Amino acid sequence: MPHTAAAVAPQLLVELRGAGKSFGGVPVLTGIDLRLEPGSVHALVGENGAGKSTLSKIISGVYTIESGRLLIDGEEASFSSPREALDRGIATIAQELALVPELTVAENVFLGREPRTLGFINRRKLRRDYLAIAESTGFELDPDATVGGMRTADQQKVEIMRALARGASLIIMDEPTAALSAHDTVLLHGVVRQLAASGRTVVLISHFLSEVLDLADTITILRDGRLIRTAPASEETDSSLIEGMLGRSLGSVFPDKPDVVSQGEVVLRVTDLVAPGVYGVSFDVRAGEIVGLAGLVGAGRSEIAHAIFGSVAIAAGTVEIEGVETSGSIPGALKSGIFLIPESRKEQGLVLGRPIRDNVTLSNMGQIATGGWVSAGVERRASRSLLDRVTVAGDDRRNVSALSGGNQQKVLFGRALQRSRKLLIADEPTRGVDVGSRRAIYDLIVEQAANGIGVLVISSDVEEVIGLAHRVLVVRGGTIVGEFAGRAMTEENIITAAFADPIMNGSE
Amino acid sequence: MSNDTLEKPRAAAPFGGRPSMRRIPWRSLAIVVPFLAVFIALTIGSPAFFSAQNIGNVLDRQSGILIVAAAATLVLIAGGIDLSIGATYMFTAVICGTIIVRVGGETGAALGIIAGILAGLIVGLLNGVISTYLKINPLIATLAMSFIILGATKLVSQFGKEGIGQIRVDVPEFRWLALTKPLGVSLPTWIALVVLIVLGVILWRTTFGRYVYAAGGNAEAARLAGIRVNVVRITTFALAGTAAGLAGVIDLARTPSAPENDAIATTLTFTVLAGIVVGGTSILGGEGAVWRTVLGILFIAMLYNGFTLLRIDPLFQGIALGMIILVAVGFDAWSKFRRT
Repeated sequence: MPHTAAAVAPQLLVELRGAGKSFGGVPVLTGIDLRLEPGSVHALVGENGAGKSTLSKIISGVYTIESGRLLIDGEEASFSSPREALDRGIATIAQELALVPELTVAENVFLGREPRTLGFINRRKLRRDYLAIAESTGFELDPDATVGGMRTADQQKVEIMRALARGASLIIMDEPTAALSAHDTVLLHGVVRQLAASGRTVVLISHFLSEVLDLADTITILRDGRLIRTAPASEETDSSLIEGMLGRSLGSVFPDKPDVVSQGEVVLRVTDLVAPGVYGVSFDVRAGEIVGLAGLVGAGRSEIAHAIFGSVAIAAGTVEIEGVETSGSIPGALKSGIFLIPESRKEQGLVLGRPIRDNVTLSNMGQIATGGWVSAGVERRASRSLLDRVTVAGDDRRNVSALSGGNQQKVLFGRALQRSRKLLIADEPTRGVDVGSRRAIYDLIVEQAANGIGVLVISSDVEEVIGLAHRVLVVRGGTIVGEFAGRAMTEENIITAAFADPIMNGSE
Repeated sequence: MSNDTLEKPRAAAPFGGRPSMRRIPWRSLAIVVPFLAVFIALTIGSPAFFSAQNIGNVLDRQSGILIVAAAATLVLIAGGIDLSIGATYMFTAVICGTIIVRVGGETGAALGIIAGILAGLIVGLLNGVISTYLKINPLIATLAMSFIILGATKLVSQFGKEGIGQIRVDVPEFRWLALTKPLGVSLPTWIALVVLIVLGVILWRTTFGRYVYAAGGNAEAARLAGIRVNVVRITTFALAGTAAGLAGVIDLARTPSAPENDAIATTLTFTVLAGIVVGGTSILGGEGAVWRTVLGILFIAMLYNGFTLLRIDPLFQGIALGMIILVAVGFDAWSKFRRT
């Protein structure tokens, strides 16, 4: 019953023993041993791609484990859907909230479990049940307010109350404070502590290390799908967490950086650029220089790239290529010599249902067609020579979807090579790419720079940025918050700049 | 923005199934096999089927619909859909007929033909602009447009007829368009042949054709590759409208009275879409070909023709066609599922 659930919750002990999971043969989690103590806040930290989300989704029933065991109160469990996990008392508050905007606070809290009389919703009981839950959390929200118009923080409270109404004993919170102001963050921290004090388990996933250290009782560090260590929060510090998340360098997987003429010509000059998700960005890229854009996912790196490329409208500021302002459209950007290899090759890069040949020539058809007529021979030779340069072998009449992730990425690089460019932007060039192809892609990037092209590399992999770039710009909240070159270009410096304290950020 | 690819099942390698099964181009075979099967069955089952006269008649009657369907195939591949082609077809026939009745003579015929085709082009351009720049889903946009066009048809036709009845244009200055038989084959069949080849080649071997596939296959990727997706889509709608205009004019010359029955418009739209889908062009865009649509439309026509020749109750035509569409689309979904 909802109002009893809010008082003292039934405790739930969730454990993982040797849990593993892989996607398409690529292991994303291996041998995870985890014990989530009831009545505690357990934080999961790690870089992007370390396996935090996968781990939480295994617990919440979105994914099933492939190896190892999931134990609930000591008994082996297997959820085939989030619904089953929810029935056992495991709820997730995701980054994207799942509320019905048209309904009221109370209706959302009891969505799908409204108290009924003869099939009709009993509004009086709905209200009474709501007030019971609201009281136990200390949230002051108007039960009759429509959720759609509320602030994110308040909507989050509705989500939490809904989890409580469903009798959740373990609540997973994925980046709960990412969208909150400083004040709301403090409030939410109070709620988290209260949830733990009432005997529930809170699994906290957060990029903000100070928050993690402040709130969590126990911290688990993940790296590359492996559990590095689980330790009491009192034994960890900012730097010990960062060290654990980064681990040791894997040696030289990167090619030598080409020399940049420091007096080299400025290829790209961005001045006070404002666009969706970009708030006043200025920087230069010189000919032959590789500049890295580091920062967390969602910090605004891709948004900067799209604003430069003209694929989103620029609200203010200028983008110049060799001193000439760009026209703000994609065809214009291509004409002025900019090429973007987008973040998601399947959604933004390739036409998967079409042959490799069509894909590699797509953005420069003029070269293989005269007067709109595609010459079969020229097309075949152009495609072959591009694919040879990026080392993709085999019949190019196959669908591009038949290629591995690495080779698909190379096809996009092939597109970039079809014409001489002045600026190449590569957004997450090695995401989902196997280790073998990775080096080939790094070589391509370095080769471009050596040919005098300015290169902008965006990556969530700090090691990659440092390994490739001459200079790194750190992006946070749509602005550049740090610039490191030479010896200052260390993982610690970059990570520290990227992981901002949310409270400091909010009061800025 | 995704959290990270590794944590999503999307990152899975795009392979699946046995390689030997994958190499067979299932989708290419989809229409060819049943087409040949029905063709052979009818040739054996009905002596009247495989005669120059019967085949010639079928082709002559199908020329209009083939023209419309070929152009509508481009719309579908580019990621759109046009439900207004039937209405446009009727609208342009009425415009053409009204002008011929009003102006008369050779001038009337020439003006009528030009005005009919132009009207189709204008409707197509409107469809394109509404469903791209105005961001109205093409299904809804062209559905709404077809009601508007049907209304406009009735408005125009009042000027072209006396009293009740249909616009009749039984004048030799115009009817030569349907009655001439160069090399023993009707002119409409020749026109359809030329249109089909031109559209097929455009799709197969031109820059524009590549853009059509890219726009429908992955609009965002096409846009980031520098393709003006909206312009490409509008052009396909304009082609479909023009084709509907041409077909309306040709069929007016054939019959020679302008149809004014909403059901005819609806049936034409449905048959065209059925032919495209049965041919194996994906309703989701990005895949397909003109030759497939030709086989699809002729398959349906042959089926109907066979029903008549074999004296099967026409009642079963609709049922059979409906089931064939379900099988065709089910097959399409199955082959897509196998690939991913």
